[in-house]
Amino acid sequence: MATAEQAIVLEPRGFEFQTKQYGLWAQAFQRLRRNKLAVMAGSLLLAIIVMATATSLVPALEGHAPHEQQFEDLQSSPSTTHPLGTDNLGRDLWARMWEGTRISLKIGLGTQLVVLIFGIGIGAGAALGGKWTDNILMRFTDLMYAFPDLLAIIIMKSILSQRPWPIIGTGDPQLPGLPGALIQVILAIAFVSWVTLARLVRGQMLSLRETDYVLAARSMGASTRRIVFSHMLPNTLGPVIVAVSFGIPSAIFAEAVLGFIGFSLPPPTASLGTLVSEGQRYYRANEWMIIVPSAAIAVLMLCFTFLGDGLRDALDPRTRR
Amino acid sequence: MTGYIIRRLLTFIPLLWAVATLTFFLMHAVPGGPFDAGDKALSPTTRAALNKKYGLDDSLPRQYFTFLGDLAHGDLGLSFQRARPVTDVLKDGLPTTAQLGICAFVFALVFGLTLGVVSAVNQNGVIDYISVLFATAGAAVPNFVIAVFLVLVFSLKFGWFDVIGWEFGNPRKMVLPSVALGLFPAAYIARITRASMLEVLRQDYVRTARAKGVTEFRLILRHVVRNALVPVLTVAGPIFATLITGSFVIERAFAIPGVGDAFVNAVFVRDYGIIMGTTLLFALIIAILNLVVDVAYGVVDPRIRF
Repeated sequence: MATAEQAIVLEPRGFEFQTKQYGLWAQAFQRLRRNKLAVMAGSLLLAIIVMATATSLVPALEGHAPHEQQFEDLQSSPSTTHPLGTDNLGRDLWARMWEGTRISLKIGLGTQLVVLIFGIGIGAGAALGGKWTDNILMRFTDLMYAFPDLLAIIIMKSILSQRPWPIIGTGDPQLPGLPGALIQVILAIAFVSWVTLARLVRGQMLSLRETDYVLAARSMGASTRRIVFSHMLPNTLGPVIVAVSFGIPSAIFAEAVLGFIGFSLPPPTASLGTLVSEGQRYYRANEWMIIVPSAAIAVLMLCFTFLGDGLRDALDPRTRR
Repeated sequence: MTGYIIRRLLTFIPLLWAVATLTFFLMHAVPGGPFDAGDKALSPTTRAALNKKYGLDDSLPRQYFTFLGDLAHGDLGLSFQRARPVTDVLKDGLPTTAQLGICAFVFALVFGLTLGVVSAVNQNGVIDYISVLFATAGAAVPNFVIAVFLVLVFSLKFGWFDVIGWEFGNPRKMVLPSVALGLFPAAYIARITRASMLEVLRQDYVRTARAKGVTEFRLILRHVVRNALVPVLTVAGPIFATLITGSFVIERAFAIPGVGDAFVNAVFVRDYGIIMGTTLLFALIIAILNLVVDVAYGVVDPRIRF
């Protein structure tokens, strides 16, 4: 019969205990690092963000201002002066592309910021608040699901446009780098996107409320605020991060659609969608006008999608390999 | 089952009412009215007369109740821009939009299923990698970008298809819009089919079938694909709905006069009737498709009872 002492004797020699402990986030990061595609997409994305910021700060990198028209150089192909050619008004496509990329990035990130605030707030409120709040939210999300997304975005955008309001309208003051029209697009897209996140957070919160550690915290006398902020919210973050990382490309896509049908920013500012729409009109004269913005949209969306895939695999315990 | 369908159909009424109400107040919140815009500015008296004719000078609540009363009779009012009943405009556009949506859907199903099945059968082979790459790329490129490139290559370089337009039965006008609209859902369906096929291929009954000597072709077709179809069915309804409601982008890219195109124009000129009609029509289509999917579950999976 094996006793406790024997068991200790039987313990294999030379076995080293793993002394370093990895937390949830460190483990997730390690898994993400092993995913080559996600790392590549992330690095490329970082490079794009750096380049997009740099072109707006250093005129030498931009070459020409994005709205500068050179009538002696219309519809030109790539050359040393214009690395990607010029458009129908002689504007430099390289500079236009980076301006559009900046707008797409701002819209992707800005939309998700608004969605995060409202999604988490309303989702948590519905799960932790009374039955009434919950009921209102769920009925509203049902309604939003029945409402065609892009139609709602278009209507919201036209409600917000041509308003003399400060910051989010045409009035003064305006935020530097974030013109009112851009914020309007962000708000219009966020208006239909927060619902999914609110539902997700609500579901997470409802199931977390029943977990043992929340019960333990409560029995030790933790306040509701403490339980929510230091126990429940951090545990909803995994799915929320995944949802946000997939929300960014869909916001970029939605803006591109708005730009394509002419509901995005007013000219001469061009988003990537607007550039595609212009390119579609003039591609017989200059194919570069359509190829450049299309490729930019595709690369951006691919990067975010691959990064999102990687994050999902890293953060979702069910898909752990 | 009949009882279930009737109960579900009854829930359409409050749903459509809610969509109509939301749309009504949203579109009246859009600055300006239908007779403010336009190339020629109207004189104030003309505009007042027009507003009076269409009841736009009433108070908003009053307009709302008049609208609801008309809606209950199936009357969506007049299109301000076209001076025709909204229902007529929708009747003109719907067949085109529906044809485009159905063609894109069929393409997405056939292409997506084939790709998913072939890549699952050749798991980790070259074909698998190519189709997974396609499925990821297809899901990341917006459909109007695809449309433009298809036109660039197949219409302008090879001259196989027309650049714009839609004509049912004429492949020169049908192929490119359908492919452009259907490529995104095709990629999605391929992904789901592949995952679901791989799952089914590991089941015991597949091994049993193999052991008793069923040929590989018959095994895949009768034992695996059939069982792998259930998750695809789940997404088929929403996919079809987005194809119909999202087709306006492709309609604009190919200058196809469908319902979606009418909607986009209507928002530009604040043609309230068309905006309302399109939204309600699309909401109804989404609701019906959800119902069809739920009923189809019961048919495919006999364990589900209503």
